[in-house]
Order: sequence, then C-alpha cells, then structure tokens
Amino acid sequence: MNYQFDFGLLQDSFPVLLRGLAVTIQLWIPSIVAGFSLGFFLALGRLSKSRVVSIPCLGYIELFRDTPVLIQLIWFFYAFPIVIGVQLSPFVAALLALGLNTSAYSAEIFRGGIESIAKGQWEGAKALGMRPEAVMRRVIIPQVLKRMLPAFTNRAIEVAKMSSLASILSVHELMYQGRLLSSTYYRPLEILTTVALIYFVLIYPGSYLSMKLEQRMASKG
Amino acid sequence: MPAPILRVSNLQKKFGDLHVLRGIDFAVEPGERVAIIGGSGSGKSTFLRCLNFMDVPTSGEVELDGKILGKSSRAAPHDRYYPERELCAVRERVGMVFQQFNLFPHMTVLENVMEGLITVKKSKKAAARDAAMKELQKVGLADKLDAYPGRLSGGQQQRVAIARALAMEPEILLFDEPTSSLDPELVGEVLRVIRKLADEGRTMLLVTHELGFAYHYATKVIFLADGVFHEVGTPEEVLKNPKQARTRAFLDRFTEFSF
Amino acid sequence: MSYQWDFAPVLARSNLLVTGLVNTIEIALISIVLGVILGLILAFMRLAQRRMLSYPATALIEFYRNTPPLVHFFWFFYALPVLANISLNPFVAAVLALSTQSGAFYAEVFRGGIVSIERAQWEGAKALGMKRSQLMRRIILPQALTRMFPPFVERSFELTKTTALASTLAYADLMYQAMIVNSETFRPLEVYTTIALMYVILLVSASTLARLAEIRMTAYR
Repeated sequence: MNYQFDFGLLQDSFPVLLRGLAVTIQLWIPSIVAGFSLGFFLALGRLSKSRVVSIPCLGYIELFRDTPVLIQLIWFFYAFPIVIGVQLSPFVAALLALGLNTSAYSAEIFRGGIESIAKGQWEGAKALGMRPEAVMRRVIIPQVLKRMLPAFTNRAIEVAKMSSLASILSVHELMYQGRLLSSTYYRPLEILTTVALIYFVLIYPGSYLSMKLEQRMASKG
Repeated sequence: MPAPILRVSNLQKKFGDLHVLRGIDFAVEPGERVAIIGGSGSGKSTFLRCLNFMDVPTSGEVELDGKILGKSSRAAPHDRYYPERELCAVRERVGMVFQQFNLFPHMTVLENVMEGLITVKKSKKAAARDAAMKELQKVGLADKLDAYPGRLSGGQQQRVAIARALAMEPEILLFDEPTSSLDPELVGEVLRVIRKLADEGRTMLLVTHELGFAYHYATKVIFLADGVFHEVGTPEEVLKNPKQARTRAFLDRFTEFSF
Repeated sequence: MSYQWDFAPVLARSNLLVTGLVNTIEIALISIVLGVILGLILAFMRLAQRRMLSYPATALIEFYRNTPPLVHFFWFFYALPVLANISLNPFVAAVLALSTQSGAFYAEVFRGGIVSIERAQWEGAKALGMKRSQLMRRIILPQALTRMFPPFVERSFELTKTTALASTLAYADLMYQAMIVNSETFRPLEVYTTIALMYVILLVSASTLARLAEIRMTAYR
C-alpha cells in the first residue's frame, strides 16, 4: 500500500470535528432527558385501563418503533412543517424526531419495568394502607428505575448513534462535519476513521457502564 | 478380594483460595455402598464430584483399574493434566445422579435415557431404545416415555435421571444429594428406587442427609468435616455410636425437633 | 387545517415505491444471511479459549456496537476504496456495511444464547461421558437456538430499518425512491407518510411471522 496517511490534516481538522461533537451532544442530552420524561407518561397511558388512552399510546409507540429513524427525521423536517404551517430549522426538527423516538422506546422500558415488579410489592404496600400514587412513588418507581438502568443506558447509547443521522438534514453535528471535511480535502480514510474513533470514545464508556450495571444486578439478584 | 475400581490418594481440591478437600485417601471396593454425610461446606459434594471429574482435583492421584490417570510434565510434576479422552473414559464407567436432575429439557424422557447410549456408547437406535425402556420400567416410569421433563414432578424427573445413568451400565453409581431438592412427599419414591439398586448389589456412593436410609442400606458411612474424613465406619458405628464429638454434634442436629 | 391532502400523484408513481420496497427487502435478506455467517464466526472466535482468537473478535464486535451505522456506510463507500484501491458501487458498500454491522450484533446474540444454557446441562452431558463437541451439538446448541431466536428476530428487525441508510449512498431502496418521488411531486407530507406506512406494514408482517415461528419452536416447554 503506497497510501500516505495525512496526519497533518487530522491536526488541523480536529477543532472542526470537536465543534461537530458539541452539536452532537446538544442533540443527544436534551433528546434523552425529554424522551425519558415523556416516555414515563406514555407508559402510564399504555398501561391505562381506559382504551381511549391506551390505544393511541400503543399506536404512537408502535409507529416510532416500526419505522426507520431516518424516515422519522425526514418526516419531521419536510412533512411536519406542512401540517403545522411553520418551517422548522434542521436542528429543531432533529431534536423533535429524536426526542419523540426516545419517548416511544422509553415508554416500553418503563412499561416492562413496571409490569416486572411482582404483584406482591403492590399488595404489600396497599396492605399498609398506601394510596396508589404513593405506592407508585415510594415503592414501584424506585425499583423500576434501578432495574431498568441497563436498558436506559442502552437507549442513551442508541440515541447517540442516531444523532449521526441528523447530518442528513444538514445539522452541523459530528457526522456532518466529517463528511464535509472528507469531501473538501479528498481524504475520506483519515477523516472518517477519526470520526468513527471519536464516536467510539464518546459511546463506549456508556456501554461499559451498562455492562457493569447488568453484572452487578445479576449478582445481587 | 477383587481390586478396587477407583482409588484416590491424597486428593486435594482448591477453589481459588478456598481449600475444600485437604487430603483424602479412598478406594471404591466393588459391591460397597458408601454413605457420605457432613455439614455444608465440608466438601462432601466436591469429593464425590472429583471421582468422575466434574471437578478436577488440584493435586493428588486418581487410579482407574490400578492405572494412574492424567499426565504430568517435568516442569510441574504436581500439576496433573487430564486429557478429555481419559475423563470421558472414566465417566462412561462411573454414573452420576445430580441434586437438580440435570435432564435435557428439549428431549423426551425416552430420548434422555437413550442419549448416552447413542452418542457416547455408539449403540444402534433400536438397541438403545430397548435398553432405555428396560431401565424406565425398573424405575416405574414406563408410561411416561414421550413426556418432556418439564411436565414431570421432581420425583419423576429424578427417577428418569437414575434410569439415564443406569442405561450406561456403570460400574459405580454416584448420587449427589439426590433427594435434597425434592418436596418431602416425593423423597420416598426416589429412595425406593435407590434401595432396589442396593438390593442388586451395585457399587454406589451416596452423599445424603437421609440418615435413616443410610443406616439401613449403606455398608460404610463416612463423616466428612473440614475437607477430610473425620470418622469412618459401619452405619451402626458412625450413626448410632459415634466416637468423635464432632460427629455426635452433627447427628444431634437431626434430632433437635423430632417428635 | 386548510391543507389539501392529495395522494394521487404519489399513487401514480407507486411503481417507483414498489421497486424501492423490493430493493429494501433484497438488501435486508442478503445482509441477514451474510451477517449470520459472519456472526457465527465471530461468536465462536469470542468463545474460543485462545486469546489470539477471542481478543480481535471482541474488539471488532465492540467497535461496531459503539459506533453509528451511518459512519460504517460512509466508511465502506468512501474510505475503503482509498485503502484497498478499489471502487465499490452503492449496493456492495451498503451490503458490506450492513452485514458487518449485523454480524457483530448477531455474534452477541449467538454467544449470549450459548452462554445462557445453565452449567447443569453441561454437567449432565459430561457425566454421561460426552466429549465437548458432542455436548455442544446434541445438548447445548439445540437449546441455545430456541433461546437465541427472539433476540435474533429483534436484531434482524433493526437491520431492516437500518437499510434506509443505504439511501444516503444513492442506492434505490424505499427511502431513496421516496426522495425521488418527492422531488417529482413536491408532496413531502403524502410521500413520506406513505412510505412510513409501507415500512410499518413490512416490519409488522415480518415480526408477526417470526412470532408464529417462535411459538412453534418452543412448543415443548
């Protein structure tokens, strides 16, 4: 292989990539915060006894889980503005798509967690005279959060990976900067490999944490 | 007196820093029925499991038919290496019945019992089927041939496990607490099968808490404590007139809540 | 809402969308098959006693799991040709990216299935005198296969959604065809909503079939 690896270019372009990384994080954190919070209420809606509430929630969740994220991003940027009559910026459209997508997946995580808490817990708390909201707050939710921590961590990892798709909408996050640089300087090998490594460094700690959490919970039982 | 089939010398077993077996010498004489009793952590299951290499000894010698098993290198003369082929050869002749039965859930009862014959002894299917049905009849489960283990009670599963071990025609049978996982009312049906095997004169070692059974059907009782044989003798000696204080203390625990 | 929904232009071009759907299914199936092969190799490498086999396998798997798929697509299409001095068409690059990605995930599914079989089963088989190869073939793998099935289906589901990324390489999958139809009809709301529904129908049908297959497989429990 006679290829000359251009390290100088990497040095020069690193600041640009870091700016992209900053935008990636600006997409990532709000999406998971908003997504998890909304997801909790969606889960309650899904578990509701009233079909008027549970069926739309189910529809919403299935819609986001059974379509590619890319189509969701494209839809919110190109199609949604027509519905609401307002043009959204690429960043806002991406944030909306990622946040709502995360809420659908989080809803399923919460639902799984709530259903997995043994009936005995509800009965034990009710027998003490606790009202349903208190049971939820004091007994169920703390256990759900602990049990579902690995699933939530995995979800956060997935959202970080999804954020790269915002580049298709020309959001100036890491992937976008990478593509721009590699086509500008005709050095896709160096740039794209570096971009991959930056994502890895960003995401791997989350994976490692998730694995350790799962091991810890498995041993505690 | 016929030669012992299996003999161990200075058997030691460590799990990391935990020194479970601290030097055991033992020979399995044909026709013997040995009951091994002891508290938890005494090493009784580990001792049994070393005999068919479910756990590989850390040091010490194991002889099969007078031949020492395993290889040692000149660099590490005390570390023995046991090739898979030798271990499989031992296990074909030494059968084991586990506390948790360990039946194969994806096979029917009949298939479970036939499995060893077909895969290990390379028997023809028809011959394996006949042998398996014979053993299942012996344990009283001839009517459950096509059932899956998941549908059987614990006692029934354990009897299938015994039939599976018997089908291999082992020279020695090892029972690792065969009734400890069973509901009390199911213990009897399994013990009845083991008694039948005792009446046939089979060589067996039984790790158990069923002291009554051990008293009536064992030829030798061993009390294990701290990884060594603490007391050895006939059932009359060890269970009724123990010489060691520790043995007596152990036995007293069994009569604490008797009525 | 004063907007006039008009699906006629979209339906008029339905042949384009059907072509896209067919291409999506084609690329998904090919990548699943190749991914399974790669996944098996990686899983057994990871389970091997020798570090020379397990370490590279683990590194590869972890790299693919912790970097975004879009990066892989671009890397295979733009960077690999530079490295290997070849040129790739979009289809080949997309299949390579999808197969390697899914291979890494399938490897974890396979390994997880095998590792999940309780020690008790290994011991039961060893006690009968079975060699390791016999044990794997007769006792462990048959049980592991039924356990692997749900996560395998889930991973294949995700893979099918990820095929949408092939559109970024100008491969004529459903997503790309939608963009073409949109550029001809200027009706992003109808176009993208239509293909969203098409994806839903495709994925829900596939997962229903898979669920039926799973019920039949686990009938003995």
